[in-house]
Amino acid sequence: MSLHETIIMTSIFGVPVAALYGQLVLGLVNGCFYAMLSLGLSLIFGMLNITNFAHGALYMMGAILTWIGLAQFGISYWWALLLVPMAVAIFGIFVERSMLRWLYKIDPLYGLLLTFGLALVLEGSFRYRYGVSGLPYSIPEAFQGAMNLGFMYLPKYRAWVVCASLAISFATWFVIERTPLGAYLRAATENPLLVQAFGINVPVMITLTYAVGAGLAGLAGVLAAPLTQISPLMGSNLIIVVFAVVAIGGMGSILGSIVTGLTLGLIEGLTKVFYPQAANTVVFFIMALVLLIRPAGLFGREK
Amino acid sequence: MNSTRLRIAGYSLLLLLGMIAPFFGYPVFLMRALCFALFACAFNLLLGYTGLLSFGHAAFFATGAYVTGYMVKVHGFSPGLGIVVGTLAAVALGFVAGNLVIRSQGIYFAMITLALAQLIYFLFLESSFTGGEDGLQAIPRGRLLWVLNLEDDRTLYYVVFAVFMFGFLLVRRTIHSPFGQVLKAIRENEPRALSLGYDVNRYKIVAFTLSAGLAGLAGATKAIVFTFVTLTDAEWQTSGEVVLMTLLGGMGTVFGPIVGAFSIVTLQNELADKAGSLVTVIMGAIFIVCVLLFRRGVVGEFIALYRRVVGNRRM
Repeated sequence: MSLHETIIMTSIFGVPVAALYGQLVLGLVNGCFYAMLSLGLSLIFGMLNITNFAHGALYMMGAILTWIGLAQFGISYWWALLLVPMAVAIFGIFVERSMLRWLYKIDPLYGLLLTFGLALVLEGSFRYRYGVSGLPYSIPEAFQGAMNLGFMYLPKYRAWVVCASLAISFATWFVIERTPLGAYLRAATENPLLVQAFGINVPVMITLTYAVGAGLAGLAGVLAAPLTQISPLMGSNLIIVVFAVVAIGGMGSILGSIVTGLTLGLIEGLTKVFYPQAANTVVFFIMALVLLIRPAGLFGREK
Repeated sequence: MNSTRLRIAGYSLLLLLGMIAPFFGYPVFLMRALCFALFACAFNLLLGYTGLLSFGHAAFFATGAYVTGYMVKVHGFSPGLGIVVGTLAAVALGFVAGNLVIRSQGIYFAMITLALAQLIYFLFLESSFTGGEDGLQAIPRGRLLWVLNLEDDRTLYYVVFAVFMFGFLLVRRTIHSPFGQVLKAIRENEPRALSLGYDVNRYKIVAFTLSAGLAGLAGATKAIVFTFVTLTDAEWQTSGEVVLMTLLGGMGTVFGPIVGAFSIVTLQNELADKAGSLVTVIMGAIFIVCVLLFRRGVVGEFIALYRRVVGNRRM
């Protein structure tokens, strides 16, 4: 019996092992996106006290800009990986300077409403220009094909996405928790006035935080471009799941966001194998459950 | 003219406009606007008077619509009974969801209601009684109390207007009752309301359930008006629309949601066939402008202006 046949024939609880691993990898990939997006949300929330509803739209913007870059300007995937997050970050600076900065002193609900409006504007504009049917983006040559791991075939691009987003997530964690810049950031989250009194330019830090958060969302969009059908609607569906992820993990903990995001992605993958009907809803059910037991989220602090 | 007389003028105008409107406007459009106005009034009870931003009210709206549509179409309920059952279903869902979501606060409350509504959306998508992607089609309008033929648009209009006035006055009555005063106290200062001995969570649950029930009533009525129910009613965009209507009209004002609902429904009506996705852009832009420039909304700004003018004259 060849290896390939062994992979197909082995099964656990009536589910072929290959399908199980395949869905687990897919779940892990989704989990990586949950982690990256909830990370950015936490970052922005901590510094600006705004729940960035536009986060999904920024992610969508990243994916569509990647597509536009290749289709219209011949910008390759690798350059997109660098340029697109920068473009989204610059857009983030514009948004923060022109709109969000007026909201810091009022009820945080207005921040949610404004960014919701922004998400609608972005989604509607791209839909007007590019329609709702998915735009195709092929996997870059270096990552085409799959690796044979012995027990399964692992598509190279998925492996790359998992590695890249884990690296990005932990780099963000490292910058915030282990560097002087991160220390300023955490201090400014606790007490902006005092930090400003020490001569640190807090408004610039706030702007840059939003820019970095937006850039992270854009980067996630670039990574997602070859994986899914790129469409103006891809962001809003994702952001609601990410909100549930954030509610489960609790905002404010970077590591908590990463761990929760990955775990929920895996759980979703497992659900797809064993009880596909609930695959769309399992995250929301878990959220309801967590809400019953720990209203502030698993890693959140009670206020 | 003091503010009581302004209020009386407002109610009379509303009643008068409601009575003569079908002679000037297209009844189906008016009924749609009235359903959304009721929906927005229900939502305003929560956001404007209790300070809770629910981003998932479409779930209750759709529950009312689906249950009514199903009962009338499949089990042959009369439209009146169907609407009652649909509303009760929304009340029940509101009570369960309310008990869950009031454990969270502020921004989390908004995110969690949104996520729960998405859960309901997927349940509707996958269960068989809703017709999944196709929705429920050809729901008979039938007769109300055996005499009123609802197939006639104008007759149905007055029924819808009566339903709307019932909901509107119920919201108004709630706001001005001692119960409503406690809700406002919770909105202004929750720890203080708690320290005064009010069971804050219980008040919030009752307000949430009431709001959900009225949203369900609006959805149930809409199902009879349009004779179909689709997943659009349960989508997050619908939740967003009702937030926008309330914000634009003026949250925490009695008439604001009505003004907001009519404005947005008119906008959608005018632009839908000319520029489909541009409607989304315009609605988003209205959100941004409202938040940045006039957070009190149209009616709120009008009241503020009126007070300023009258105040100046008195001095």
